[in-house]
Amino acid sequence: MWTFFHKLGSPRYFYDLSGRVLPWLGLATAVLLLIGLYWGLVVAPPDYQQGDSYRIMYIHVPSAWMSLFVYMVMAGAAVISLVWKMKLSEVVAANCAPLGASFTAAALVTGMLWGKPMWGTYWVWDARLTSELLLLFLYLGVIGLRNAIEDPRTRARASGVLTLVGVVNIPIIHYSVIWWNTLHQGPTISKFSKPSVDPTMLWPLLIMVVAFMLYFAVVLLMRARCEVLARERNTAWVRQLAAQA
Amino acid sequence: MNKLPVDTRRDAPGLEVRGLACTRNERRLFADLNFSLSAGDALLIDGPNGSGKTSLLRLLCGLGLMDAGKICWRGHDVDDYRAEYLADVAYVGHANGIKLDLTARENLQFARALGHTGSASTATEALAEVGLAGFADAPCGKLSTGQRRRVALARLFVLEACLWLLDEPLTALDACAVLRFEALLRAHLDNGGLLILTTHRPVDLGRHEVKRIRLSA
Amino acid sequence: MNQITMATAYIMLLRRDMILAYRNRAEFANPPLFFVLVVSLLPLGIGPDSALLAKVAPGLVWVVALLATLLSLDSIFRSDFEDGALELLLVSPQPIAVLVLAKITAHWLVAGLPLLVFALPLSLMLYLPISALPVLIATLVLGTPVLSLLGAIGVALTVGLRRGGMLLALLVLPLYVPVLIFATSAVQAAATGLPVSGQLAIMSAMLILALILAPLTAAAALRISLN
Repeated sequence: MWTFFHKLGSPRYFYDLSGRVLPWLGLATAVLLLIGLYWGLVVAPPDYQQGDSYRIMYIHVPSAWMSLFVYMVMAGAAVISLVWKMKLSEVVAANCAPLGASFTAAALVTGMLWGKPMWGTYWVWDARLTSELLLLFLYLGVIGLRNAIEDPRTRARASGVLTLVGVVNIPIIHYSVIWWNTLHQGPTISKFSKPSVDPTMLWPLLIMVVAFMLYFAVVLLMRARCEVLARERNTAWVRQLAAQA
Repeated sequence: MNKLPVDTRRDAPGLEVRGLACTRNERRLFADLNFSLSAGDALLIDGPNGSGKTSLLRLLCGLGLMDAGKICWRGHDVDDYRAEYLADVAYVGHANGIKLDLTARENLQFARALGHTGSASTATEALAEVGLAGFADAPCGKLSTGQRRRVALARLFVLEACLWLLDEPLTALDACAVLRFEALLRAHLDNGGLLILTTHRPVDLGRHEVKRIRLSA
Repeated sequence: MNQITMATAYIMLLRRDMILAYRNRAEFANPPLFFVLVVSLLPLGIGPDSALLAKVAPGLVWVVALLATLLSLDSIFRSDFEDGALELLLVSPQPIAVLVLAKITAHWLVAGLPLLVFALPLSLMLYLPISALPVLIATLVLGTPVLSLLGAIGVALTVGLRRGGMLLALLVLPLYVPVLIFATSAVQAAATGLPVSGQLAIMSAMLILALILAPLTAAAALRISLN
């Protein structure tokens, strides 16, 4: 196991391995997305309260889940790059930020689209949506800091520190916002919390969550591969690849 | 911050650098740099602008990140015993590091409080060494460039350090001040101190062994 | 050979920064002035209805205090960075976290305390009930040091950057949200006669956590920024 991680530190090994794994991951993603979307949007029965408009949950919930999951991956990569100085984890952390921001934005937009038929307004200061908004700001902060620093090593370390500061703050922010929300709106049930769902609705949801995770893995690997090539452009194996292409 | 098991100040002062490498903005400045200094030695770092002289000096201070290599002071790795190492180091960089709103005396008093020991020279004594005895209570904003540089150099005397790291100390000094400061450098080496400096102009260090490193762009 | 202790280094650096602030007092008067100006502007924008103003007063005072602090944060490390004194702090044998704490303390004394002083007359101008005033002061006493501490982390990360300004706000404001939420909730509770001990306890906990973690984080960030 440790030798695997050790080998993974070599950019060339990572490039080869990911090249072999990527087509299968891509296939699995496409298949699961299709199944999940068809099942959720077409096959699953309409909700007795919300009718068909609940179906946006099949995009909203996985996006929200991923927005938090990607931040955790980014934080883990930040720890590895700060402590063990592994270049690959720097690459992973760098590419998680825009992906995570996109998932957060998707969760916000789908949340707003869901809000219109349910609440009558596009935006509600619901605890979950507000937390997602603040998470988006945290992501934008990491992206902004990365853009502002020129030296690559400083950039990786500074954004690593910022990511870890964010990770400590996410639970604090999350619980503050929940507390703030119950204080001002009373104990209303948040419609965005995981609905207690019928199995016919739950299965497509789970499939969509897995599909989103695979999608994230595919895009992350593709971006990481590009960045690895760019970073290692002066080495022999990259030159060889370029000559072959 | 680790506490050494024995008093490191009893180990002989000596700097050893092995395999130092540094990259800045994706440009490799130098690699596999090796040198060692013992008491009374001086090292002159030479090279065109942008060749990495300042980066090398800053690495020796613990500022900046090295790609590879090891710095040992009194036989111990500097990474493990940072505070003990810095207690023996006095650094004067390109910028003076003095506050223009404070007087020369105040600047040095505060610099002294950031050092290691309370038994170093006082601010007044330090200013006398660099020939600014009458200017102790002048706000540094009112001093000339050369005088400000001398206040910055006076820091060396309020810190009881055996390793002096100086980045182009003689720029902005007039001929008379240069001679005076060279005498101070020689005195430091006579007392068993170590000296590393970057410079564009020749420096007269008398009979002491002067090693040189030339960095290329 | 008498060693210079951490306490001595802390006190001397704090003294130095206070003397510098005093000699530059015109510049340091700006953030409190901003505080007064904006709070005075609010009734002009919202209307002088006393019931409405009293309702929004806790939130308004705190949000403007946040913004005024944000404006003043840059001064923690900027001048030291520009004249090279910051480098010398990092080369000192004294622990950097202690030195950073000294600078944060100086920042709070210069930028945070005036907010406490001005908050009193300003909250009266916004019709905040007198019963809520002691709690407002308590939240400011507990909260403004946290703002300085967390803000220092943001400044330490951006000190070397040319266009740091708006980026600092983006980095720091999400971290300020919990302080804002609990502080305003405490003041609103006090205005309506409800208990505030829970909110104040949480704010105290945040202050202690920030006191322990922020100087260390800011010190690490400074070493990274001054690469």
